[in-house]
Amino acid sequence: MIRFENVGMRYGMGPEILRDVSFQIPARSFQFLSGPSGAGKTTLLRLLFLSLRPTRGLVTLFGKDRAAITRKELPGLRRRIGVVFQDFRLLDHMSTYDNVALPLRVRGREEASYRSDVIELLKWVGLGERMHVPPPVLSGGEKQRAAIARALIEQPEILLADEPTGNVDPPLARRLLRLFIELNRLGTAVVIATHDLGLMEQVEARRMILAGGRLDIYD
Amino acid sequence: MTDLALAAPLARETSERREVAPIVPPSGIGGHALIAVIAIMTFLSSLTLGAVTLVRDTARDWQHEIAREATVQIKPRNGLDMEAALAATAAKAAAFPGVTGARVVDDQATQRLLEPWLGADLDLAALPVPRLVIVTIDSADPPNFAALQAALAADGFGAALDDHRSWADRLVAMAHSTVLAGIGVLGLMLAATALCVVFATRGAMAGAGHVIDVLHFVGAEARFIAGEFRRHFLLIGVKGAAAGGVAAVLAFLAIGFWSSANLASPEASQAAALFGRFSVTPMGYAGVALIAAVVAALTAATSYLTVIAYLGDLDMRQAPGG
Repeated sequence: MIRFENVGMRYGMGPEILRDVSFQIPARSFQFLSGPSGAGKTTLLRLLFLSLRPTRGLVTLFGKDRAAITRKELPGLRRRIGVVFQDFRLLDHMSTYDNVALPLRVRGREEASYRSDVIELLKWVGLGERMHVPPPVLSGGEKQRAAIARALIEQPEILLADEPTGNVDPPLARRLLRLFIELNRLGTAVVIATHDLGLMEQVEARRMILAGGRLDIYD
Repeated sequence: MTDLALAAPLARETSERREVAPIVPPSGIGGHALIAVIAIMTFLSSLTLGAVTLVRDTARDWQHEIAREATVQIKPRNGLDMEAALAATAAKAAAFPGVTGARVVDDQATQRLLEPWLGADLDLAALPVPRLVIVTIDSADPPNFAALQAALAADGFGAALDDHRSWADRLVAMAHSTVLAGIGVLGLMLAATALCVVFATRGAMAGAGHVIDVLHFVGAEARFIAGEFRRHFLLIGVKGAAAGGVAAVLAFLAIGFWSSANLASPEASQAAALFGRFSVTPMGYAGVALIAAVVAALTAATSYLTVIAYLGDLDMRQAPGG
C-alpha cells in the first residue's frame, strides 16, 4: 500500500533528518514507529500523510509515485489516510460532533446523510455523552478519542497516530490500544508512533525503530 | 461506518441538532475593524459618485443653457446710428433660420449691467459703450453661425456674433476633467478597499492557520477552504457596504434638505446658479446601491483569490527545502 525506497529528507540546507529509509506498509498491517526524540518520527509521519515531499528517493502511496501526484489529487489521497496528531488539532470553536464530522462536511455531504454515522462512532469511542461540548471542555483522553474518531470517520485505509498515548494515563492508554487493534482487525492498516515501550510490549507487532535518521525494522 | 456498527449498538440521536457551526471562526477574525473600513470606503466612494454625477449633470445643463443663446455685439463708432443699427440687427437675426427670437439689451438693462463698475449716474451716450443683442437659438435646429455672422457683417454695422462656444467648451472640458478625476478617485478607493481586504484576509488566515491545516489534512480541497473564507468575508463585506451605503444616502438627504432650507440666502443662490440644486436622482441612489454591491462582491472575490494563492504557496512550501 505504501512503499519507501532509499528516501532521504532534509529541511533547507540543514542535515539529513532521514537517510536511505526503505520500508513497506502492507494493507491491514499493524506497526509501531519508535525512536528517540529528534530521530525523525514526525518527519516520517508527515511524509506518510503527504504534508512533505522527500528530498530524494522513491515514495509510492496507493500505487502512485509521490513525485507524480498533482495538487488536485492530494485531497482525495489524504482522505484515504487518517491522522491523529499528538496535539489533537481539534477546532475549539466547533463542538466535538462537528469536529468528528469535519472530514465528511468538507466533501460537501449533507449533515442528514452522516449524522447517525458520526453519533455511532462517537459512542464507539466513548464520547456519546460529550458530543455537543467544544474541545476545550474535554479532558486530555477525551480529546485524544475525539481526534481518533475524526481520523476514522471516513474509514481510511491507513491510520497514522503520533504519540496517541502521550497525554493519557496507563489504563486509558491500554483502552486506546485496544481500540486501534479492533480497528486493525476491521481492516485498517495502523502505524503508531510512540516512545512508550510499555505500550509496544502489549502487542506483538512489527517495530520500526528510527535512530540517527536511519530506520531498522524488527518483524 | 457499517463495520464499526458491529462494535457498538446503534443508538439514534433523536433530539434536534443545532445549526452546524461555521468552519471559519466567526469572531476575532477580520472583525469589526474591517467592517468599519469597508463602511468608510463605501461611504467615500458613494460621495465621490454623487459629486461626479452632480458635476456631469451641471456640465450638461451649462452646455444646454449656453447653446440656447448667442450674443451680437455692436461697437459704437462715428456716424453710426446705434439704435437703428441695433433694431436692424435684431430684426435680421430674428428672421434667420434656426433663430427663435432676438432682443436688444436696452439702455436701462445696459446701465444696470455696467452699474457695478461705472456707478449709478452713467450717461451711456457720453461713453463709447458696446451694445448687445441677445439672440435666442432653436436648440433642436441651431442656425449656421458662420452664415449668420456673414449676414450680419454685410450690413456694415460692425456687428460681431459670439455663440459662447469657446466659453462653453472650456467649462465643459473642465467639467469632464473633474468627472475623469472623480472616476479615478473612485477606482483608487475601490483598489484601496480590495487591498484592505487582502491584508485582512491574510491576517485572518494567519490567525486561522490551525483551521486551514486541519482542513488540509482532512482532505478539503482548496476551493472548499477558499469558499468558506469567501462566505465569511462576504458577510463582513455586506455589513460594511450596507452601513456605508445607508450613511451616504442619509448624507445626500441631509445635504439636499440643508440646501433647500438655505435656498433663500445669497450664498445658496450663487451656489445654485453654478451647480444647480443639490439633489440626487433615483439613478444616484441606484449608483450607491451598485457601489455597495460592488464593494461586497469585491470583498468576497478578493478573499477567495487570496486564500487560493495562500494555499498554492502552502503546497509549494511542501517541496524539499521549503
